[in-house]
Order: sequence, then structure tokens, then C-alpha cells
Amino acid sequence: MSRLLVCPPDCFGIEYEINPWMLLTNRVDHGRAVRQWHELMRVLEKDVGVVLERMTPIPGLPDLVFTANAGIVVGRTAVVSRFRYPERRPEEAHFENWFRRQGYDVLTVEKGLYFEGAGDLLGFSEYWFGGYPQRSDIRVFPVLSERFHREIIPLELIDSRFYHLDTCLCPLSGGELLYFPAAFDRYGQTAIADRVPDRLRLAVPEDEALKFACNAVCVGKHVVLPEGCPTTQAWLRRRGYETHPVQLDEFMKSGGSAKCLTLALD
Amino acid sequence: MSLHQESVCLQGHIIDSLVLAKVLDRIHMMGGTFDLEDVHIGKTREEPSRARIVIRATSKAQLDDILKAIQPHGASVEREADCRTADAPSNGIFPDDFYATTHLPTEVRLRGQWVDVDRIEMDLGILVDHRVSTARAIPMGEVRRGDRIVVGREGVRVIPLQRPQERDVFGFMESHVSAERPHSHTITDVANRMRHLRERHKQGQADSKILLAGGPAIIHAGGRDALTWLIEQGFIHVLFCGNALAAHDMEADLYGTSLGYRLTAGRAVPHGHEHHLRTINRIRSIGSIEAAVTSGVIKQGIMAGCVRQGVSVVMAGTIRDDGPLPGVITDSIQAQSAMRALIPGVGLALLIASTLHSVATGNLLPSTIPTVCVDVNPSVPIKLADRGSFQAVGLVMDAASFLTELARALGRST
Repeated sequence: MSRLLVCPPDCFGIEYEINPWMLLTNRVDHGRAVRQWHELMRVLEKDVGVVLERMTPIPGLPDLVFTANAGIVVGRTAVVSRFRYPERRPEEAHFENWFRRQGYDVLTVEKGLYFEGAGDLLGFSEYWFGGYPQRSDIRVFPVLSERFHREIIPLELIDSRFYHLDTCLCPLSGGELLYFPAAFDRYGQTAIADRVPDRLRLAVPEDEALKFACNAVCVGKHVVLPEGCPTTQAWLRRRGYETHPVQLDEFMKSGGSAKCLTLALD
Repeated sequence: MSLHQESVCLQGHIIDSLVLAKVLDRIHMMGGTFDLEDVHIGKTREEPSRARIVIRATSKAQLDDILKAIQPHGASVEREADCRTADAPSNGIFPDDFYATTHLPTEVRLRGQWVDVDRIEMDLGILVDHRVSTARAIPMGEVRRGDRIVVGREGVRVIPLQRPQERDVFGFMESHVSAERPHSHTITDVANRMRHLRERHKQGQADSKILLAGGPAIIHAGGRDALTWLIEQGFIHVLFCGNALAAHDMEADLYGTSLGYRLTAGRAVPHGHEHHLRTINRIRSIGSIEAAVTSGVIKQGIMAGCVRQGVSVVMAGTIRDDGPLPGVITDSIQAQSAMRALIPGVGLALLIASTLHSVATGNLLPSTIPTVCVDVNPSVPIKLADRGSFQAVGLVMDAASFLTELARALGRST
């Protein structure tokens, strides 16, 4: 049974601007955001059948809701993030405390390096992709690679709208990959194409990429993704996945969607 | 040194991700050059790879721009340290773990600054003067107790030779030795260099001296007249030779023979084998070659030309020498040091028909000096060219033919 870490959006809002999606003038409809989040949780629990672990929201930390950036969890080890922007750094202690209370061995990355957790490190069972340099530092990947005995292929993110790797790349349980090629330079595109054969790759169209089609949660043969991505959904269904579109546009105001709102624990 | 360089390390899964390719491309696109050193490719998919990249740029600003551009891709500048030094424990003895030089331009880091090592030459140590922040290469035999000698490799960097800008034989041939190729274009290029250097030498410019190291085969084979002409025309400024070249040159002047062979007729003359001994004896009785020339005993030839033109001559003795002639340095370490003293300022070296003097001279030359080695025995030019210089050209040909063609290319009428 898959477990996901989530954080209710009680304190969610836009209180600063640290990515191109965030505009202080673009106010979050809080009630609507809460409803969207609860619908996502319902789908995940009831339709997909995952177990949800809920963190306690903290006033003043509006982005704590994006638990994908807490860190990464591998077995019983958690590597806690170190955020590039000072606005999100106070979240680190809360994520770390949660991991410790749950009995995880907690690791942190070397001082002076940034690492934004599952937002920038995701992949398949044999190898992972690491997004850099917008948020995470490429130098953390060799360290994590050695610690977890996994190959980590660094990919440069070249479009500021796709500031985390999980906004433009989504590995699926059957070895398929959703991605938005233009978010990567030609080296990254070649590296991806070298690893994942054509038939297993969906180059998500730009309009759907901008709706964060790639910010999807894949559990077994279920994919939970933002609404309004018909091409992606159709492709997924052809590949045998059951798709669960959820309206999450309030969270898109902050530059996050389904995947950003969850962290895989097991 | 006008070249600015920095070493960076890159590690991780840099091959399949094309991060290494990207970094190298970026260096190249920004006008820098690089050498990949210590590349370790992970043996399994999990094992990371690593590479050390030496980046070179033509200005500090360009280098800084390149470093700034590649650091986000994980390239980290290697931590630089000053070179380490230790006291020489006794005269003539380097401290343990002393740094042994190559003939390539070398720098050492002293108090955070990279400093050129003066008089670089292969197989020496590096002496540092911390008070004035200078460094120079020093032979083992010259080291004095308490001299500060560089130990280890930290804080020492060797600058690979850049391809010369001149588009002549030295620029195109990479340590090329050939018996098959036509020699004429090589000789033309050498002549052009010599003409240019002679002009610069007349104007007192730096690194304009032409050095010739030669053996007696020059005389035996009939190259004496051509070499004499080159000296008299001011194309040769330093001569390294042994007892024999000088002895046979003056034998030719006094007796018209070389090792007893009549140079004009090409056959042995009665008692001709004594001529070189009588020559040596005569010069010994006069006291010096210079006195023999100025007094008019020796009238014409290589040594006479050298005396008249003020060419700096070092004659190094060998174990089989007769005499030797006055001025021949019989202590080989002293001879080596006298030769070494004349290397600064040399802009071209011609090593002709002498294994002994060619190799000895080659070992004293920094890689930056264009060098031509001429010998009928291919192993000599090959040995010299193998020193790894872009600027060593080997010609497998007879010394007399080479000198005659060279003199003709420089305007000697035949």
C-alpha cells in the first residue's frame, strides 16, 4: 500500500513571489483551494487507494502544502531539503521534525548546497533524473547517488516556468515517461531520449505542459493529474493507465499541482 | 605567461547525462580550450564518473566568464595551494620527493601567485627564492645546502605547448621525422626563420640567437664551406661542438685534409692520419684557438669564422679525445653548465650530425625553442623529436647536403 505525505492547505496562499506563476496580485480563493485539495485527497484515498499521512499546517508557511519539496524518502531514510529561497527555508525544520517523529533516519545535504527534494529528484527504480540549476544544485546528485546506489542523470531546466523537475517530467510505473521537451536543453533532451525509447515517451503538448500535465501522481496503474490535459490523458489510457483528472487551478497560482502536493513515502 | 588556466573537477553521472559534453562545448563556445585529464568513467551504471578539466583562456576575464558559466553544471575549481619546498640537505643533493621538471613551460604558485619557472629544462629541480618570489630550474649538481627546492606536485603546473602561430614547418609538423619526404620545403622554412632571426639579432631583440650543435661529420662530409659561410654571414650565434669538429676544421685549414683525407681529392694522403694530431699540438703550443686565428695561423673555416664573428663557442670533451684543444671543457658537468648558460636567448637550434652533442643540447632546450635535427641516422632525429615538442623537426639527411642547401636558400652562390 502506497503512502503519501500531504499537508492540508489551511495556511496556503500567495505571500511572496519565487517563481513566474506566483503573483501577489493573483489572490487565492482559499475556500476553493481547500475544496480542490480535499477532492484530490478523496481521489487518492478512495479511487487510487493510497494511505495519506497528514502534516500539521503552520501559519506563515503557505507552501508547506507542497510536500513534494520536503525531501526524498528512500526506504527508512529521508533526505531533508535545503531550499534555495529564504522564504521556504523555515519549512525545513518542520519537515525534518516530521521525518524524525516517524522514525526515519534523517540526512541533510552539505552546507552551501541546495536541494528541493522530490521536486527535483524523481525517476524509475534503477535510475533517477535530477533537475538543476534553478532550485537544486547539481553537486548534490553525486552525493545522493553514492548514498543510495542509484544512477542520477542531471537534467538542466532551462525554462523558468518549469522550475522544478516534477513540473515537466513524470516517470510512470510501467517505465513510460511524460515530459515537456522544451523545458530541457538539447543535451537533456538527448539524455532522456537515450534512456527512454520513443514509444514509452509522451512529449506533452505545450498547452497541457503549462497546465502541469507532468505534475501527476502515478501509483500503480493510476495517474492523478490536473484537469484540462486531454492529449496526455488519452495517451495514458492507451498505455493502460486509469486517469483521474482533478481541478487544482488554485494551486497553479503558486506553481504547483497534484504531484507537488504529495510526497511518496514508500 | 599570456595564457590563463584553471583546473576544474566534474563528477557524477556526467557521461550519459551529457553534462560533460555540455561543459566542454561551453568552454569551446566561449573561446577557451581545454585538456581532459584523469577521466574516470564509472564501470557500472551506478558508479559515478569524474573528469579533471584544465581550461585555458587568452585573458583572465575570459577565463572567469567560462568558470562562471560552467560552475552551475557542477564544475568545481580545484583548490589551489602554494607549492611546497624543502631545504636541500647538502650540496648537490635535492631533498626527497623533489619535483623533477619537464622541458615544458612550468609555473609554481608562490604566496597565491603563479610564477614562471625560469630557464626551464627537463630533468632538473626547481629552486625557489621566497624573498623575491622567483623560481628557476636548477641542475642537481648546482644545488647548495639549504636551497629551497620544490617538493611534491602541489602548486606546480605545466603548460602544454601551444601550436606555434607561424604557419611553417614548425607549426605543421608534429615532431615529424621523415627520410622519405622532400627536404627542400623544410629547409626553406628553416632558412626563413634564420633570416628573420638574424635581423632581430642585429637589432638586439630577445630570443633571436641561432644555436648550432654539430659533429665532425660536417667536415668529413664536406659541409665545412657552407657552415663557414653561414657563420661569416652572421646566421650562427652559438656553437656547441667537441674537440673533433674544431680539430678537423683547423686541420682542413692547415693541411687541406679532414682526418687525413684530402678534402678536394677525397682520398687519404700519406701520413694524413697525423694531421689532426699535429693541428691540435700546434694550437696547444699557441695557447688558444682565438690566438691561432688572430695571429693568422688559422686563416679560414668554422673556428676562424666563430672567432671573427664573436660566436659563443662551447667545446665539450669526450673520453676518446686527442689533445684536447685548448678551450675544450673536459669535465662534462662543467661543459653542460657552460652550454646551459648560453641557452637563454636562443630562438632556433640546429642539431647536426652528432648524436652526442645533439642529444645533450636537446636535453638542455625548453620545448618552446624550435629545433631542427639533421642526421643520416634516423634514430637521432627520432630521439630528439620524441621529446614531445610541436617544434622539433627531424631531417634524415647528410650534414653537408643540408648545410649546402641551407646556405643556398640563404643566398650563398654555388
